[in-house]
Amino acid sequence: MGFFDKFKLSRLKEGLTKTRENIFGKIQKILAGKTKIDDELLNNLEEILISGDVGVSTTMKIIEHIRLRVKKDGYENPADLDNLLREEIEKLLVNDLISENDPFYLPTEHKPHVIMIVGVNGVGKTTTIGKLAYNYKNAGRKVLIAAADTFRAAANEQLEIWTKRAGVDIIQQESGADPAAVSYDALKSAMVHGVDVLIIDTAGRLHTKINLMEELKKIKRVLQKLIPDAPHDILLVLDASTGQNAIQQAKQFTAAVGITGLVLTKLDGTAKGGVVLAINQELSIPVKYIGVGEKIDDLQPFDRKAFVEALFEREQ
Amino acid sequence: MFEDLTQKLETVFKKLRGQGKITEANISESLREVRRVLLDADVNYKVVKQFIDDVQKRSVGQEVLTSLTPGQLIVKIIFDELVKLMGSTQAEIKYSPLPPTVIMVAGLQGSGKTTFCAKLAYYLKSKGKFPILVAADVHRPAAIDQLEMLGKQIQVPVIAERGKSAIEIAHGSIEKVRKAVRDVVIIDTAGRLHIDEEMMREVETIKEKVTPNEILFVVDSMTGQDAVNTAKAFHDKLDFDGVVLTKLDGDTRGGAAISIRSVVNKPIKFVGIGEKLDALEVFHPDRMATRILGMGDIVTFVEKAQTQYDEQKVQKLEEKLRKSQFTFEDFLDQLHEIKKMGSVQQLLSMIPGMNRLPVNSAVDDKALTRVEAIIQSMTKEERVKPQIINGTRRRRIAIGSGTSIQEVNKMLKQFGEMQKMMKTFSKGKMPRMFQGMKLAN
Repeated sequence: MGFFDKFKLSRLKEGLTKTRENIFGKIQKILAGKTKIDDELLNNLEEILISGDVGVSTTMKIIEHIRLRVKKDGYENPADLDNLLREEIEKLLVNDLISENDPFYLPTEHKPHVIMIVGVNGVGKTTTIGKLAYNYKNAGRKVLIAAADTFRAAANEQLEIWTKRAGVDIIQQESGADPAAVSYDALKSAMVHGVDVLIIDTAGRLHTKINLMEELKKIKRVLQKLIPDAPHDILLVLDASTGQNAIQQAKQFTAAVGITGLVLTKLDGTAKGGVVLAINQELSIPVKYIGVGEKIDDLQPFDRKAFVEALFEREQ
Repeated sequence: MFEDLTQKLETVFKKLRGQGKITEANISESLREVRRVLLDADVNYKVVKQFIDDVQKRSVGQEVLTSLTPGQLIVKIIFDELVKLMGSTQAEIKYSPLPPTVIMVAGLQGSGKTTFCAKLAYYLKSKGKFPILVAADVHRPAAIDQLEMLGKQIQVPVIAERGKSAIEIAHGSIEKVRKAVRDVVIIDTAGRLHIDEEMMREVETIKEKVTPNEILFVVDSMTGQDAVNTAKAFHDKLDFDGVVLTKLDGDTRGGAAISIRSVVNKPIKFVGIGEKLDALEVFHPDRMATRILGMGDIVTFVEKAQTQYDEQKVQKLEEKLRKSQFTFEDFLDQLHEIKKMGSVQQLLSMIPGMNRLPVNSAVDDKALTRVEAIIQSMTKEERVKPQIINGTRRRRIAIGSGTSIQEVNKMLKQFGEMQKMMKTFSKGKMPRMFQGMKLAN
């Protein structure tokens, strides 16, 4: 189909490794020759963090933590300070042991395991679903996808292409159908056909649109008629290039349906997605996956260490 | 859309207002807060730095007009800088003198290009143009289907050819359009990362082949710090003509608008404000700056005061106030000055905080007209020496002004109180006069 250009893929991966190599360089650069925490170092740190969309208050918090740590523990050389810095930032990220050990783990107690995917417009929900389905399929699971984005033009067609790539089944109705009805039918079918995991695609919606948020609540309510604790996972997809507004998104979607995890997409660009630090601080929702490309296998489990390191890498 | 930022800046200025003079110390503190407000609004770190520097430079050593408070002046300076950053004029599409006009749309994935293309087609159609859409996104699954469906909704033809490369589609479309008698071609390209060299080469080649009259860069208004990197990269490759800000109907503060505009120096031309296909607006930098600043319309207030208030009169008035020689004659002058600035109601609503007061506030235009009539019915002597106004004179004034003796009495009493109040101000200035009037009424 021409979608999977081998050359492009290897080039992209190359690009990623190249930037990875610079990670350590950056921290070391700001720490070079530093024997104490001075204003210059803190200013540099501030610039790096804010430029990574970490946000002012979280940045201040990190800087304050570091100041206190150094006061308490002291440190011998720049390498110590380097470690300390990473530790303090990593601490702000919610630890999600289950996903870290087995990113596509499915609890045995529910079958089907129901995952609902939500987010604002254009963050990459449909692409994420294609990648998720592919991974579960590869893990030997029976996957079904519900096309509950009945609003956007050609959303059905787009999802259908992804399900074909992943080799999984899809349930869809005509455009304009009630998304709750589509979800309900899909879950019913999943229960009948012994599906392991049902992934529900929802239409992109701005978190400020009350009626659209109500629609999400309705989908959840309707699913609970069949399985009281469904959906078992509600993943909020965030675009890594989004700034501080992501906090509002997380808050509003949490208030409406409760978010169990984040997916941070488009991390293959130059954006850092630092705003998830603030979201982790305020809402304690772990980042589960990151999207690093348009290919079906470009979904990776979230790695806190790598994420922190990436914050410090810079394009020259 | 900018309510949040607005609110934050208002707290900053509340701190500044009510202070006698701009000192370097209180400016730097306030600017630090402005800096934080802007960073929270996702304005790029470096852009903010530049902005604060500019404001500082312009503020230091600037004299505060007698008729303004330092706080008001700072508002004006910050507003000017924001407008400067976002571009001071509103820009429209450049049409080709020889149709068809070719518009190419580019941007990152998920920024809203396809939706914008349809919105733009609809907008141009409503302006009497005959647009045609070209689906040149061969990469995203079903992107061509999406554009076709949108085209159907707004009844604009779509060139959709499957199985060809984006370059072939775009290039071939121009010939087709000539035959189809359409005067504007809108080419939708695939979303691409600015660091994806191969994809960037594709869009560059499309540009070479179709030589667009206008290249629009579409960007999500929720974008954070990275906005400058992507905008710059696209600009380096495409030298685009304008920017489109999408999804402004959310609650994003939209600092990216400021960042991009300052980094690539190209105007923001349109804003997307909803999912419906008519939810497209032309961008107004001044409106946006006012919105970001959100100081009611304090800026307009300051401008009007600056242009219309005669400085010399202010000085004379101040002198008189100091010597407590303020008379009805001066009062009448003041009333005329106020009237020049617009209706009192309007003026009051421009003062931040005032718009939250109930509308039936003490000062209304009709009351002022009556006051004016009363003063105009006085003789010159009475205006200068109101103490000579006895019962007969009061009756004459009431009849002459079409009011009642009670109203004349009330006015005289209020004027007396006002005079007293003014004596207590060592430096009576316009804003204080407003306060005095409010109290007296």
